[in-house]
Amino acid sequence: MDFTLSKQHEMARALFKEFAENEVKPLAQEIDEQHRFPRETVEKMARYGFLGIPFAREYGGQGADALTYAMCVEELSKVCGTTGVIVSAHTSLCCDPIATYGTEEQKQKYLVPLCKGEKLGAFGLTEPGAGTDAQGQQTKAVLDGDEWVLNGSKCFITNGKEADVYIIIAVTGKVEKRGRMQKEISAFIVEKGTPGFSFGTKENKMGICGSSTYELIFTDCRIPKENLLGQKGKGFAIAMHTLDGGRIGIAAQALGLAEGALETTIAYVKERKQFGRAIAQFQNTQFQLADMATKVQAAQLLVYKAACKKQEYQTNPKISYSVEAAMAKLYAAEVAMEVTTKAVQLHGGYGYIKEYDVERMMRDAKITEIYEGTSEVQRMVISANLLK
Amino acid sequence: MKVIVCIKQVPDTKGGVQFNPDGTLNRAAMLTIMNPDDKAGLEAALRLKDQYGAEVTVLTMGLPKAADVLQEAIAMGADKGVLITDRVLGGADTWATSTTIAGAIRKLDYDLIITGRQAIDGDTAQVGPQIAEHLGLPVISYAQEIKIDGDSVIVKRQYDDGYHMLKAKMPCLITALSELNEPRYMSVGGIIDALNSEITVLGRKDLIDVDDSNIGLNGSPTKIAKASDKVRKGAGEKVTPDSPEDAVEYIVGKLTEKHII
Repeated sequence: MDFTLSKQHEMARALFKEFAENEVKPLAQEIDEQHRFPRETVEKMARYGFLGIPFAREYGGQGADALTYAMCVEELSKVCGTTGVIVSAHTSLCCDPIATYGTEEQKQKYLVPLCKGEKLGAFGLTEPGAGTDAQGQQTKAVLDGDEWVLNGSKCFITNGKEADVYIIIAVTGKVEKRGRMQKEISAFIVEKGTPGFSFGTKENKMGICGSSTYELIFTDCRIPKENLLGQKGKGFAIAMHTLDGGRIGIAAQALGLAEGALETTIAYVKERKQFGRAIAQFQNTQFQLADMATKVQAAQLLVYKAACKKQEYQTNPKISYSVEAAMAKLYAAEVAMEVTTKAVQLHGGYGYIKEYDVERMMRDAKITEIYEGTSEVQRMVISANLLK
Repeated sequence: MKVIVCIKQVPDTKGGVQFNPDGTLNRAAMLTIMNPDDKAGLEAALRLKDQYGAEVTVLTMGLPKAADVLQEAIAMGADKGVLITDRVLGGADTWATSTTIAGAIRKLDYDLIITGRQAIDGDTAQVGPQIAEHLGLPVISYAQEIKIDGDSVIVKRQYDDGYHMLKAKMPCLITALSELNEPRYMSVGGIIDALNSEITVLGRKDLIDVDDSNIGLNGSPTKIAKASDKVRKGAGEKVTPDSPEDAVEYIVGKLTEKHII
């Protein structure tokens, strides 16, 4: 076992860090306050390959691995949780299922411009009545001649109105499974601008305020027959597998938020004076920082391990990284919430003021315990594997 | 069109400067970066690549570790890297360095050479023009803008009182200012390409038309008596007088007090 990063990963980290400091950090507070999607950052990230990191060169990707991708989301999220999730949702939830399940034609048509960052991706699984209970899908797709006709809606969709390509999960019929009738679920690729595809309300969120979170509405939305992704009836498995990868992205986002809050707090406690000395000199501060740093380090190891396992899967599809991804997300998200909360506490009154980054980081951290599978879902995944 | 960009790995002065007991820089203990003026020169060359399809070769001289800066340049988009490294070339001042680099460039094919104006460690601004002199090329220093016009370059040269527009036939050498442009970042795929690319390594025996008396420490006429970190200035005193007259009175008072006037 070797915990040393390769030169490639060191150079990639240096790139992500420099980019995050120069291009992302200066906008973080503004996009949060204005609830503004940082389109200009997305364009810059596209130029440097951030939107196609773990995909093959032949499909417009960078040919790097899952760990490089996780490090990108981590470094971006250190300074801006919004920017981290834009990359994560695009890469893990839209590019990845097309790369894994798409036909050659679908890859050429959709994956290439997505990886080049000419187009942005999103993923629609969640519905008002189908959150953790993803089987409760109501959106329907019916084959009519050479077209699928979609009806229904999706909610809380990241990159909602800003994306160009959407992976949409919908019910395509009923099948008998173990003697019971169940919904048959399939996955589809839907392009923005397709007649019958519109946007509902923009969510007014607690955190990651710069990200575009929308309801997607499908009213007799007709898409070509060939936009079925993977086999008919395999949509649930595709969605679950996609979320396994997505969880590594969100775990990396949570990790970045925790690291960002820790770094900011270390700088602050050295400057802030009370009772005639820097608060870093008080043992309470020191012990809090020690706990925060230890948990951040543990989270990083879990996230990197899950990313490496996913990379292993690329060459050996028989292995599963589902449990590693669930553990990484569960732990990193809870560490993010704990560390950002402590960071606010160590900042005292200033931590509660919007001028200070830790206030935003604490709000941004909360969602990592909820989206792409709540912490409770992660515990279900982990325990189911223990008790099988 | 072939462009050679000379780049240097320099200590990152943001991290503080460290010295050996003998007063020389302790380079091993300091983080390194690509010299900012050189990076601007590289960006200018990469724009010529984007615009005219120029082939960009980056060249550096230093310890084997200096290959890192070449890899960074390739990750930004340069095509090839050349490292001049040899124990006998160590301790070179600007004269020995420019002699060595010119000796290496004689081996290479080029239309244009770009160097940074000066390196942030030595701040001499001598190596670029000296290379041109050794190679018998025209040199245009302090470039703010570079355009290609047939077999010539048109360069906007920054000067104290304005700027000059200069045209020179290629081959020629241009020294670039960090104000020239905003250098691009490495790209993710570029990093993979850089680590897969082979760096050409040249030693003393590869240099063309170079005499032993002009290389390394012994071939360096410059002798450094003492090197030191810059003395940190105090915070100073800030005053906000109510009127220009008060300001004048205050300054004159201070100058008198210090026996300056």
